[in-house]
Amino acid sequence: MPVKRVDKTPMPERDAVLRSHDFGEVNEGYGIAHAQFEAERCLRCQDPICIDGCPVRVPIPDFVHKVASGDMRGAAEVLRSSNPLPAVCGRVCPQEVQCEEQCSVGIRFKPVAIGYLERFVADWEMAQPPIDVTVKLDRAEKVAIIGSGPAGLVCAGELARLGYPVTIFEALHAPGGVLRYGIPEFRLPKDVLDWEIDQLRKLGVEIVCNVIIGKTITMDELMGEMGFSAVFIGTGAGLPSFMGIPGENLNGVYSANEFLTRVNLMRANDFPNADTPVMVGRRVAVIGAGNTAMDTVRTALRVGAEQGMIVYRRSDQEMTARVEEHHHAIEEGVEFHWLTNPIEVLGDEDGWVSGLKCVRMELGEPDASGRARPVPIEGSEFVMPVDNVVLSIGNKPNPLLLQTTKGLESNKWGCLVVHDGSSETSREHVFAGGDAVTGAATVILAAGAGKTAAQEIHEDLRS
Amino acid sequence: MAKILEKRPLTPITKLYKVDAPLVAKAAKPGQFVIVRVRDGGERIPLTIADYDRDGGTLTIVVQEVGTTTRLLGQLEVGEEILDLVGPLGMPLEIPVEGHIVGIGGGFGAAALLCLMRELRRRGDTTTIINGAREKDLLILNEELTEVCDNLELCTDDGSAGFHGFVTERLAQLIEGDGPGRPDMVVAIGPMPMMRAVTETTRGKDIPTLVSLDPLMIDGTGMCGGCRVTVNNEVKFACVDGPFFDAHQVDFEEAVRRNKMYVKQEAESKDRTDCRKLAVGQV
Repeated sequence: MPVKRVDKTPMPERDAVLRSHDFGEVNEGYGIAHAQFEAERCLRCQDPICIDGCPVRVPIPDFVHKVASGDMRGAAEVLRSSNPLPAVCGRVCPQEVQCEEQCSVGIRFKPVAIGYLERFVADWEMAQPPIDVTVKLDRAEKVAIIGSGPAGLVCAGELARLGYPVTIFEALHAPGGVLRYGIPEFRLPKDVLDWEIDQLRKLGVEIVCNVIIGKTITMDELMGEMGFSAVFIGTGAGLPSFMGIPGENLNGVYSANEFLTRVNLMRANDFPNADTPVMVGRRVAVIGAGNTAMDTVRTALRVGAEQGMIVYRRSDQEMTARVEEHHHAIEEGVEFHWLTNPIEVLGDEDGWVSGLKCVRMELGEPDASGRARPVPIEGSEFVMPVDNVVLSIGNKPNPLLLQTTKGLESNKWGCLVVHDGSSETSREHVFAGGDAVTGAATVILAAGAGKTAAQEIHEDLRS
Repeated sequence: MAKILEKRPLTPITKLYKVDAPLVAKAAKPGQFVIVRVRDGGERIPLTIADYDRDGGTLTIVVQEVGTTTRLLGQLEVGEEILDLVGPLGMPLEIPVEGHIVGIGGGFGAAALLCLMRELRRRGDTTTIINGAREKDLLILNEELTEVCDNLELCTDDGSAGFHGFVTERLAQLIEGDGPGRPDMVVAIGPMPMMRAVTETTRGKDIPTLVSLDPLMIDGTGMCGGCRVTVNNEVKFACVDGPFFDAHQVDFEEAVRRNKMYVKQEAESKDRTDCRKLAVGQV
């Protein structure tokens, strides 16, 4: 029987002072006792609407029930049948606005900690001796996946399970896309990512790094002489936006992409043992307040900054970062400058960043996004002394593939156009999903898009 | 992985490699580059494609050993592999002007003129290469360059071979009608001070000029924005919009400053490769 308890079983976390100086994972994860204790809170609703909140439709009550009854292997099988990346999603999904927002327990109490339980089951599975997951890839049609981020990985996993030989093409030297270069180790350890990718390899998915579709190989070659019957484009939104304010090219100004890539992909935190450096001064200002901005400012503290600041033109109410990430950032000593809009990066005589000129803002009428529009307060300009500025104000899809591929339509934001309610692009047998279609969004939405596209590719190839 | 098929020292610190990279060779066009990484934990650096052989599936790159990665690369021998090689990156060079095209190579930059000048000559342009270096022994690839252009002009700072003086002084003479004559277009590839000097030499003389910028890069696909340069008051990403830009519009001062962003770290990293045995594949 479900047990009534008001609060979630707390996630064990590492001490904020200690963890803010290293890259060890912040959340330590439930033990078996925590997990079973928490799983007992699930009401096992007749009509489990939590599933509607999940972009990949994990049968949540099923796996939670199996955890409660101690059948961890069964729970793992349920999870994996619907989500090829449970260890990733259990860590980085915004559950509070998805499954957990729908959870019936949440009407009166705190919702069941579905995300923590998902992570527990995935971690349990990782700790077990490997089991044989090979499937027969005996279908005649080969499918190519462009990009090895969450959309591509999930799409590949689903297609392999359906029996298709799948090849993922990745531009960088290591697979994972934003999970590799964007999300820091303290939120998603690289060995967890490697393990998930290994599971796909064991399924028979082939991953080819250092190949850029549109440059190394064209789409026509892929679907012509190379013999791929269908293609899924999951190239994400990797083109960083800049503000266009004076001083953005001063030394010491980074895009969040560059800053995070230097650390996450190139291991600049281990310089000079690793060869790529990152320049971090005493005071780092990060512009923006999404999850990437939180990742960036917390990374800055871990690579030596004494003062990490978030500078955002709106207020904390409009911030797009997850509650948990914001909370962790506060614990680690990040300063928040709300209603503050940067208007110029100032430099010293050698061209290095010395300050950030800002103007104070106040909230006005709602804008197109439905959020209150920030309006500058006249005469409120001031200068913040800073040594680095990192821009985390969003990304657009990369135009590389579009530049060299005929018949692919995109909209004015550079996003690929798909037919209403499907993943099919303007080109036959070419599908797309994730940030490349929606613009920058979340890992799980990309995963969901990859999963849907796999089904559509299957139907397309069978018709 | 790209296997090294041929290695040839051109100067004490410059080496030419022919590597097995059939996909890149097939897609490569003059003016493009590759990004390589030579060991686990290694950095990603851009290298200009000097030449390619589509049928043979090989790529020629020329490397000057100046930092950690280029030195580690310099240790690799025939039969060994470059850990990661990706490309071709950047926009192929487009030469809108027809007529007398002068390619200027400074130091190891001359290598990048190989495939470019061959293609231009093939389409019917008159081609001149001005190959310059400090002294005779540092002039590279003279034989190969002779084969791909109509006139090869050599310049050395000390007068030990060819014209005694800088490439820009010889260029000024050509503009005045000397030798192969006035260029209809100039393409300069080499160290930043040389490209800047070439730019000033042709400025105001109605000679379109292109330079190949080599800012720091990580991914080379437009993702990091580290390679941004200002051209005609607009911010461009050299990796996807370049590497060639209208020389007379380039903000060289900014480009030079941004290239020096990590001098301290570069020196620190290089010192480490000095003080211990170089071990490729290990950090």
